[in-house]
Amino acid sequence: MTAPLLSVENLSVSYPGRSGVTKALREASFTLGHERLGVVGESGSGKSTMGRALLGLIPKPGVVTASRMDFDGQSLLGASDADWQKLRGRRLSMIMQDPKYSLNPVRRIGDQIVETCLLHLDISRREAERRALDMLEAVKIRQPDAVFQQYPHQLSGGMGQRAMIAMMLVAEPDLLIADEPTSALDVTVQNEVLRILDDLVRNRGMGLIFISHNLNIVSSFCDRVLIMYGGRILEQISARDLGAARHPYTRALLAAAPSLDAPRATLATVTRDPAWLE
Amino acid sequence: MAGMIDVQDLRVSFHADGRSVHAVRGVSFSVAEGESFGIVGESGSGKSTVLKAIAGLVASESSTLAVHGRPIAQRRTKADRRQLQFVFQDPYASLHPRQTADQILREPLIIHGLDRHDARIAAALDEVGLKPEHRFRYPHQLSGGQRQRVAIARALILRPPILLLDEPTSALDVSVQAEILNLIARLKQANRLTIILVSHDLGVVAHLCNRIAIMQAGKLVEVLTAEELRNGGAREAYTRELVEASRGFTRAVAAL
Repeated sequence: MTAPLLSVENLSVSYPGRSGVTKALREASFTLGHERLGVVGESGSGKSTMGRALLGLIPKPGVVTASRMDFDGQSLLGASDADWQKLRGRRLSMIMQDPKYSLNPVRRIGDQIVETCLLHLDISRREAERRALDMLEAVKIRQPDAVFQQYPHQLSGGMGQRAMIAMMLVAEPDLLIADEPTSALDVTVQNEVLRILDDLVRNRGMGLIFISHNLNIVSSFCDRVLIMYGGRILEQISARDLGAARHPYTRALLAAAPSLDAPRATLATVTRDPAWLE
Repeated sequence: MAGMIDVQDLRVSFHADGRSVHAVRGVSFSVAEGESFGIVGESGSGKSTVLKAIAGLVASESSTLAVHGRPIAQRRTKADRRQLQFVFQDPYASLHPRQTADQILREPLIIHGLDRHDARIAAALDEVGLKPEHRFRYPHQLSGGQRQRVAIARALILRPPILLLDEPTSALDVSVQAEILNLIARLKQANRLTIILVSHDLGVVAHLCNRIAIMQAGKLVEVLTAEELRNGGAREAYTRELVEASRGFTRAVAAL
């Protein structure tokens, strides 16, 4: 039996404040193999906080604790800034929701991707440029040469998102955390971006954590799903069994979404139970 | 066909720096009284622009733009505006941050010279499921769903026959969206409203509307019933592609 790529036990994030400590993430435990793991929840459920904690990106005064956080045999607990520098971008990467805010607006797309290569891979500039162009082509950008020379504002939302995916993947990370990677995109473009991520998991054996508020996408795209609420993982379930979810919150979320195929006169609303957080 | 809203050959262009963008290129449809009409499309399809043109928020050209069989002029009169009320996508942006719910709801009453302000405001809040304690709160003291309720109350306080909704739930969580969609359905029933709803979400549109128009690149691709949309009755390839994509991820590569 091979060890999982990532194993996390009792990961918690809290922020001290004037009116007491806010618990953004409460004792999350899960493992990830070379698979697509969906993380679903509404605003404030802690799903993005969990993604950031896994990359050591929780800003001060936030406090991160865990009894175990192992990535490929290495403990991420107590990793120094230098350790994180070696991991982030190279072996662990993250795609954010909106390319408008995560690409540098005053630098050409090509230069940004080349910079990633030079920083993490021991290769020449010429080789870095070649890999950047190959990567732009791999994410289905039709004129990679042109896009290489363009600035972020010259690209559409879908193109910008692909350019960012190219930048995050050029160093061939083992684990990719995608935080709402398609929420800013049109449905038809969304499927193309998902296909690119899917190929990477299948062909390169990458592990993917796919954070989304959209149950429909997660259930059709991911292998397994974590349902989060109030900073807690309420349920872990295989995507195919989502229809048979047991937790009342998961069932309520499924019933609350209007569906083209299952019309309902009134949508179910979610009644929250404080006991879920105990 | 004399409907509640008649739109014939609607065109909207934007001009800047010597360039023109034709956002809406000849769109025609009509909506019967009490009907819910949906417009679906991707970004840039012109769906929101059609709604804004009907409300008079952008300049447009058309051979007919009539409400209740009466043509409305480009410059809307106060009476026109009272017939067509608008709910915007983002309740964070559409409510004045330094006005309380009370002030937000009072303004249309003053503009249109209505009486019994206090009673009408209290009734409007109650109608959208807000409590008296929300009345003197500022938008930042309300949740996203409560804010959208205030925006809906503001639209309905003038008792308009027509409600124009531009992505009313796309900034909200699924569970809050369900509450707002149920509220809109209930208010429509109670007030016999005619609704035009614009959304990118086929599920939302099919839930609320009986007839649905698909837009692409400023044109109407086709108009079909929610039934037809569900049962594969789409005639155009683009509509079928949208329906397919909205059902979730599929491995198959779409034809380019």
